[in-house]
Amino acid sequence: MIGSLLRRREAGILLMIVLFCVFVGIMRPRFLTLDQFRIILLLIPLIMIGAMGQMLVIIARHVDLSIGSIQGLAAMLTALMFKFHPEIPWGFGFVVAIGVGLGLGVINGVLVTAFNLPAIIVTLGTLSLYRGLTFIVSNAKQIDRQFVPAALKAMSQDSPTYAVPWIIVIALAVAVATYWFANRTLVGRQIYAMGSNPIAAPLRGIRVNAVTILVFAISGALAGLSGIMYASRWGFVNPSNTGTGFEFQVIAAVVIGGVSINGGVGSVPGVVLGVFLMGCVSAALPLLGIPGTSQAAIYGAVIVIALLIDRSVRMRANAALSSARGRE
Amino acid sequence: MSDAPLGINSTVSASHRDAAPPRPLWQVIFVRPETLTFVLLVLAIFAGGQLSPYFLDIRYILDSFTLTAELSLLALILTLVIIAGEIDLSPASAMALSACLFAYAMSFDWPMWICVFIGIGSGLIMGAINAALIIGLQLPSIIVTIGTLTLYRGLAQVIAGDKSIRVPEWYIGIDKVQILGLPAPDLIFIIAAIALAFVLGMTVWGRQIYQTGTNETAAIYAGIRTRRIKTVLFLATGVTASIAGMIFISRLGSVRYDLGLGGELQMVLMAMLGGTYIFGGRGTILGTFLAALLLSVISTGMTTANLLPATQLCVLGVLLVLSIIATNFIYSRTQR
Amino acid sequence: MLKKTVLAGLALGFGLMASAAMAASNFKVVYIGKNTGNPYFDSITGGFVDACKKIGCEFEFVAPATAEATSQIPFIEAQIQRGVNVIAIAPNSPDAMNQVLDKARAKGILVLTVNGDIVGSEGHRDANILPVDFTKTGPNQVELMGSMIGYKGEIAILSATTEAPDQNTWIKAMKKTLAENPKYKDMKLVATVYGDDQPEKSTTEMEALLSNYPNLVGVIAPTTVGIAAAAQVVKSRGIANKFHVTGLGLPSEMRDFVKDGTVSAFQLWSPYNEGWLAAYFADGVLNGKIKNTVGTKFDVPNLGSITILEKNVMNTQAELTTFDKSNIDKFNF
Repeated sequence: MIGSLLRRREAGILLMIVLFCVFVGIMRPRFLTLDQFRIILLLIPLIMIGAMGQMLVIIARHVDLSIGSIQGLAAMLTALMFKFHPEIPWGFGFVVAIGVGLGLGVINGVLVTAFNLPAIIVTLGTLSLYRGLTFIVSNAKQIDRQFVPAALKAMSQDSPTYAVPWIIVIALAVAVATYWFANRTLVGRQIYAMGSNPIAAPLRGIRVNAVTILVFAISGALAGLSGIMYASRWGFVNPSNTGTGFEFQVIAAVVIGGVSINGGVGSVPGVVLGVFLMGCVSAALPLLGIPGTSQAAIYGAVIVIALLIDRSVRMRANAALSSARGRE
Repeated sequence: MSDAPLGINSTVSASHRDAAPPRPLWQVIFVRPETLTFVLLVLAIFAGGQLSPYFLDIRYILDSFTLTAELSLLALILTLVIIAGEIDLSPASAMALSACLFAYAMSFDWPMWICVFIGIGSGLIMGAINAALIIGLQLPSIIVTIGTLTLYRGLAQVIAGDKSIRVPEWYIGIDKVQILGLPAPDLIFIIAAIALAFVLGMTVWGRQIYQTGTNETAAIYAGIRTRRIKTVLFLATGVTASIAGMIFISRLGSVRYDLGLGGELQMVLMAMLGGTYIFGGRGTILGTFLAALLLSVISTGMTTANLLPATQLCVLGVLLVLSIIATNFIYSRTQR
Repeated sequence: MLKKTVLAGLALGFGLMASAAMAASNFKVVYIGKNTGNPYFDSITGGFVDACKKIGCEFEFVAPATAEATSQIPFIEAQIQRGVNVIAIAPNSPDAMNQVLDKARAKGILVLTVNGDIVGSEGHRDANILPVDFTKTGPNQVELMGSMIGYKGEIAILSATTEAPDQNTWIKAMKKTLAENPKYKDMKLVATVYGDDQPEKSTTEMEALLSNYPNLVGVIAPTTVGIAAAAQVVKSRGIANKFHVTGLGLPSEMRDFVKDGTVSAFQLWSPYNEGWLAAYFADGVLNGKIKNTVGTKFDVPNLGSITILEKNVMNTQAELTTFDKSNIDKFNF
């Protein structure tokens, strides 16, 4: 019964995507081309990676507002390494970026668990702290194009042949890995359990503190990965711009994807669809000639609509649950 | 554990033995989150003086406070909302939108009372939208207000475009007006703080706000009309936002859609630093008042010393985490 | 309290004058950029620093974290408090700072707008230093674009924010040139889009341009972020041989694109010179050697003779500098 409801939720998002694309396609037939599809695909890898991590955090009934700053700091440290030690193989940059993100995420997790603090405030604080550190380590200067290894930038090339850029492959791999982790491992199921009933969780033998630190660590590590992906996609790292506003886009995509802010509910396919919808909207707005000034209003409206849908589904789910319980 | 069987006799003696002794008065007055804020404020003033010889000028500090007076005003009303167990991240955007409408109306040379009506009315409507979604439809306030903050900001962009809307000369310069030796915005802030502190601390209604935040279900059963209280609070936030917007315009002489961009974080920061508990039920106006002063002193002190904004960000981040650790610690210790 | 401040100010003033007797012209100048982390302002700062080394002034650079309209106000207030002699600023807004700039001038501080002007509020500043004659920028860019596409075809403009005063001046001039000059009669401007000086947005707008206008042959991006994003799109799509990107760009950011042929040429000026000129000008005015009136001519080392134009505007060079494969390596900003 619940399963079919969840499936209905993802179907809802899929429907929204289809309707939106058809609507835009009617006004701009160019929107429905393979070319456009590839453009949308290139827009979303960073958000996809961030959304996978944030999804786990929100399912665990927390939130991580610092992922934008983690992306910035990880990207900056990696880029600084590229600039001042070009002799190190560029692949090592991945280790650095993910490692830095992991470390910063663990700090978040420890602060939340050790002092029993609300994650929203802790990550608000670390958002400022990490952003400030990014400025300090870079001396407020951006790392220019010539210092980012060409091989790294090539991973995001949108080639005229039909080869898929590596950056998209990585994003999809992360999504698949998250799906496997969330659904097929014990720890993954424990995250769902923790989120839906935090009081019962320790009674069921779940080591709540360890799992909490783990979700923040994963979120941080993925944010770090998105940092080096930023360098790959845009070719430079800037202490003011890299990652600013990222957390907001990611949370929007996750909420649209059906993850409930109250925890315990959410699926990878849903979030993937949510990210994709955000990408479609981002790509469609300039195509439709909607001025930048109105785009923010549209994002706000999309979030509110997604919330209303979430609410009505939850109400029906609750009704179904209570009637099911009543029948037992 | 079971040295005394729970019989009728032992019930009386058990309550006598288990009742916690009342806390000494000095603890009640001094060991609270607001004290930490006050100590930090004193430290910040001291540090500011050390960092730059130009800082310790009371006129300068008061004038600098006008730069954040509007957001501080919003932080005060936000404190009440948070104590009641909700949160509102939209006031900064609501301020921008109602300010744009207000300035737009003035640019048509409409009579002042109509402009004010439009300004405050729009604030009221925006508060009502929040209230309808959060209380009427039972949606989580944090996401709703993230949504409405984007929406209002976007609407402000649609109305004002990327231009700034100027206002007539006579309206400009409220921060130059000095009443009782203080710049007018500072005075407005102080009066609002006193009024809200009175409402929160001395009236039944204020007590009910605390109770709603501590345990809404219990409050409802106790006959408190929580839905009405929360609705009033959201409406009040909307109105305060429009008033803050009008002050802002007077200070700047014009308004753009990006008025107060990012202000939502600052307001929440002020409330948190003031010892307001994010989950509701605890907090004081005094705390937020001191925290607003603290933030103003910190940013003024650092700017006067020509420190990088980066350093300011780090300090603010660390402060936030430290203050919330301390607040939690103090609250858990004083929990009976 | 006020008296104490006045006394402290006087003491400070005497102190400054005393030390000024020792150095040639020891004044304090601060440059407030649009925001931190923006490489463009590092160049201007370089000019200030070197000039101050020669003149003997004290220089500091500060900037807010974000480029929004009101973000510079606390910084201006702080500089007034610190008693600087010259405030040079790259304004984030044409009018939000009028009140505080007046306050600075009332205290005798020289207010210069460097690299951009407060359009419509010129009365609130003392002088303006621009890199080039902004009325020439538009026509220069149109000519460069024309030379690359054989003076015929559809072109588009990718700008910064919709209200950026510099870009809007140039775009207006571009449209005028295209309409009035018969040399460009076969070139048609089909769209102007705005990338808000953000790489992500600039990229999506560029992609949309390519999709919406399949006959487009060129894009002019008179903003360093825009031209870099546009070049990146052209490069990844591999259409550099039939599509041309040009505009205003930083050599450091565009070097790779020029070397691999994605962009054949682009233009800019030397931001370094702006800082240099500003410092020398301020020195001259404070010493009484230069009168800040329209029509005055004065000499600046390395830049030659500078004339103060209408509305107290000065330019560091007359025409734009064009960068291409032949000279791109000579510049290090």
